Amino acid sequence: MSSRRHQALGAWAVLAWCWPFTALADGYNMTRGVTDFSQRVYGLHMTIFWICCAIGAVVFGLLFYSLIRHRKSRGAKAANFHESTRVEILWTLIPFVILIAMAVPATKALVAGDDDGSGPADITVQVTGSQWKWHYQYLGTDVGFYSLLATLPDQITNRLDKGDNYLLEVDRPLVLPTDRNIRFVITSEDVIHSWWVPAFAVKKDAVPGFINQVQARIKEPGLYRGQCAELCGKDHGFMPIVVIAKTPAAFDDWLSAEQARLAAKKAEEQKLLAMNRSLDELMRDGKALYEARCAMCHQPNGEGLPGAIPALKGSAIATGDVHAHIDIVLNGKAGTAMQAFGKQLSLSELAAIITYERNAWGNSTGDAVQAADLHRFLSGDNP
Amino acid sequence: MQVSRDMDAPKGLDAAQHEVHHGPASGLMRWVTTTNHKDIGSLYLWFSFLMFLTGGSMAMVIRAELFQPGLQLVEPQFFNQMTTVHGLVMVFGAVMPAFVGLANWMIPMMIGAPDMALPRMNNWSFWILPFAFAILLSSLFMEGGGPAFGWTFYAPLSTTYSGNSTALFVFSIHIMGISSIMGAINVIVTIFNLRAPGMTWMKLPLFVWTWLITAFLLIAVMPVLAGAVTMVLTDKYFGTDFFNAVGGGDPVMFQHIFWFFGHPEVYIMILPSFGIISAILPTFARKRLFGYASMVYATASIAGLSFVVWAHHMFTTGMPLFGELFFMYCTMLIAVPTGVKVFNWVATLWRGSISFEVPMLFALAFVVLFTIGGFSGLMLAITPADFQYHDTYFVVAHFHYVLVTGAIFSIMAAAYYWLPKWTGHMFDEGLAKLHFWCSLVSVNVLFFPMHFLGLAGMPRRIPDYALQFADLNKIVSIGGFAFGLSQLIFLWVVIKCIKGGTPAPAKPWEGAEGLEWEVPSPAPYHTFETPPEIKP
Repeated sequence: MSSRRHQALGAWAVLAWCWPFTALADGYNMTRGVTDFSQRVYGLHMTIFWICCAIGAVVFGLLFYSLIRHRKSRGAKAANFHESTRVEILWTLIPFVILIAMAVPATKALVAGDDDGSGPADITVQVTGSQWKWHYQYLGTDVGFYSLLATLPDQITNRLDKGDNYLLEVDRPLVLPTDRNIRFVITSEDVIHSWWVPAFAVKKDAVPGFINQVQARIKEPGLYRGQCAELCGKDHGFMPIVVIAKTPAAFDDWLSAEQARLAAKKAEEQKLLAMNRSLDELMRDGKALYEARCAMCHQPNGEGLPGAIPALKGSAIATGDVHAHIDIVLNGKAGTAMQAFGKQLSLSELAAIITYERNAWGNSTGDAVQAADLHRFLSGDNP
Repeated sequence: MQVSRDMDAPKGLDAAQHEVHHGPASGLMRWVTTTNHKDIGSLYLWFSFLMFLTGGSMAMVIRAELFQPGLQLVEPQFFNQMTTVHGLVMVFGAVMPAFVGLANWMIPMMIGAPDMALPRMNNWSFWILPFAFAILLSSLFMEGGGPAFGWTFYAPLSTTYSGNSTALFVFSIHIMGISSIMGAINVIVTIFNLRAPGMTWMKLPLFVWTWLITAFLLIAVMPVLAGAVTMVLTDKYFGTDFFNAVGGGDPVMFQHIFWFFGHPEVYIMILPSFGIISAILPTFARKRLFGYASMVYATASIAGLSFVVWAHHMFTTGMPLFGELFFMYCTMLIAVPTGVKVFNWVATLWRGSISFEVPMLFALAFVVLFTIGGFSGLMLAITPADFQYHDTYFVVAHFHYVLVTGAIFSIMAAAYYWLPKWTGHMFDEGLAKLHFWCSLVSVNVLFFPMHFLGLAGMPRRIPDYALQFADLNKIVSIGGFAFGLSQLIFLWVVIKCIKGGTPAPAKPWEGAEGLEWEVPSPAPYHTFETPPEIKP
C-alpha cells in the first residue's frame, strides 16, 4: 500500500474516532438536569465514559500496533511466548483498582440519592400510571387530574404537520415548586409503567399493587419533558410527561387557584344534574370526547381492533340494555384494558360519550343519556 | 499436538463395504432420520440462518417504521409484535441454534470422538425446533396477532393484558427450552466421555471448554424460564395469581425469575464466541493463544458471576439501597474476567505473524466491537447512571454490540473458518471480504448512533418518536437496511462454496492447530471410529 493511501486511511480513522465526540457536543449527550442528583449522575456518566475511552485507547492502540507492525506480509516472525503469570496477575489487578475507583463515586451518588421515604418532604405527589395516561394527585389536597398526550391523531398519522413538541406534549402538565423537597409516590392501575423525567434523573417503575418512592428538589423554574420508559402495551410510545416547575410563591398561587376552580366545577356539575340536554347537543359533545378518550382503542369508526379490542359498532353493549353500558363505562372491565372512566370524567361528559356510542356508526338506539341517569345509577337507584 | 493414526485405513472393513453400512441415507429421509453429528450440525446451521433472515426481516419492519417520525407502515400493536418476535427469534432461533450447530459439527472432531454421545436424542433436539418456531410464527396470523409484550414478557402485560396468542407463545418457549436442554446434555456427555485418550482437561480446545461451561449454564437456567412461562400460562388461563397483585401475587417476582434465567442466558449467547475467537486469533497470528489456563478460569468465573447479577436489569423497580449496591458491585466485577480475555487476545496478536483472511477479519472486528459493547455494559452497571440509561436506546445499542458484533460476528468468523472443512472447497475470498466490509461498516452505522439516541432520551420499544430524534433514526435505519442486505452476500458465498471451488487441503490455514485439521476436507461422514491418540 502506498504511503499516500496510508495517510488517507489514517485521516479517515481519526475522523471516525472524532465523530462520537462531535456528536456529544451537539446535544446528543445525557442532560445535566436541574437537580443535584441529576448533575451528580451526569458527572458520573462522563467520568466513566472517559475512563472507558482511555482504556479503549490503550487496548485498541496495542491491538492496531500489532496489526500494523506484526503482519506476515511485512515479514514478521511469530514470537514464542504464550503465558506469563506475572502479566496475567497484573492485568487482573489493574482493572480491579480501576473498578474500585469507579465504585466509590457511584456508591456516594447512590447513597446521596437514596430515599427510603423517611426523609422530610415538603410536598408529596402521587403518580399513577395506567394504559395509557398518567394521573397526578397532590396528597393532602383534593387537587388531582389526568394528563394525556395532546398531540393530534392526524399529526401522528401524517395528515397534519407536526409541532415542535410532537409526542412530548400533554393536555395538563404536572405543576411543581422549585426549592422544595418533592416526594413522588408512584404506582400503577394495570401494567408496569415507568415514570421518567431525565432532567431530574428520576426513573421509577409504576408497579400495580406497589408504591415506589423517589425524591427530587428542582433548582430552576422551567418546563421539563419525559416519557414512559417501560413497555406498557400498544400506546407505550404515547405516554409523555410534562412538568412545569414554578417558584414556590407562584406554585402556591397556582394550587389555590386550582382548588377554587375545582369547587366551581363541582357546583356546575350539580346544576347539570338537573338539566336535560338534547340528543344533538349530547352527540356533538360526545363525539369530541369519544375521539379524545376512547378512539385510541375502539377506533374512530367504533370497529375496535379484532382480537384485541372489541367493536362498539353494532355491539350488544352499545345497542342493548343502557344500564349495562353505563356500568362498563363507569366501572371498566376487570382484566382488560377497559378502564373505569367513572373517576376520570365528569358525569355530564360520561353521559355525552355513552349517548354518542349508542347513536353513532348506525347504532341508532335514540337514547339520550343524561348526567342524572348516571347519578341515579351510581346511587344504586336502578329501575 | 501430535496425532498417531493412519487416517486412510478403516480397521476390519474394506472401504466399499464401509460406505454401504455406514454412509448417509439418500434423499429427504437422510435429513429427517439422521443421527450423524455433521448432518445435524448442518441442519442447525441452516435453520439458524433461516431464522436470522426471518428475525432480520422483522427488524427491517421496525427500522422502516422508525425511518421518520409519525406512523407510516404499521400499527403500534403490530410494531410491538415485531419487536417481541424479532427478539425471540434472534435469541432462540438464530444465535443459540447456530452455536449448537457449531458444537455438533466441531466438538466430536475436536476431541477425537466418533459422534455425539447421544445421537438419537441429537436428532430429536433439532427436529422439535422447527415446530417450536412454526407455532410461534403462526401466532402472528391469529386474530389479534402474536405476542406483543417484548421478549422479556413482563407480567402483568403478558398475563392479564395479553391476547390469546400467549398460549402458543408459552408452548413454543417450552419446546425451545426442551431442545436446548437436550442439546446441552449431549454436549456435556460427549465431552466427559468421548475425549480421545490423552486429551486431558487442560488440553481441551477452548471452543470445547467454553461450550462445556455454556452447557452447564443452559441446564441450570432453562428450567427457570420454563417455570416462568408456566406461571404466565396458569396466571392467564387457570386463575392463579403468581404475578397478580390483586390476588396476593407480585409482578416484580416475575422479573426476578425471568432475569435469573435471562442474565446467564446472555452469557450462553457469548461464551462459545470466546472459544471461537480463541481458536481463530492464534491461527492467523501463527502464535499460540496467550494464557490458555487463565482463559479457562476467566470463562468459568464469568459463568459463575452471571448468576449473581440478574437484578442489574431491575434497578428502577424500586430495589432497596443494599440490593442496588450489591448488584452494582457484582456486575462491575464481571469486567475483570472479561478484561482478562480481551488482554489475552491482544497479547496473542502481539509479536505474531499476522495475516488477514476473512475469519480473522471477523474475529478482529469481534474483539474491537465486543469490547465497545463491554464498555457500555460497564457504564450500565453504574446504578445511578443506569437510572438514566435504563430502557433507552443506549441499552439497545449496548446489547446489539454484544449480540450482533459479538455473537453473530463470531458465528460468521466460525463459519468462514470451518467452511473449507465442511464443504471441501475454499470459499470465494473476494466475495467474503465484500461481505465483511459491508457488514462492518453498516453494523456500526446501524448501532453506534443508538448510543446518542439513548443519551438524548429516546425510550426503547416506541413505534414513533419526538422530532429531535429524527436525524439519527434515519441514519440508523439506513445502516439497518444495508446490514440486512449484506447478509445475502454471505448466503451467496456459502452456496457457491458448497457447489464448488478450489479443493481445500486438510489444513487450509497455515497456523491452524487441532484434531479437526488432521482429517481430510471435506471431513468424512464418520471421522474417528478408533480414537486418535494424543501424545503429551
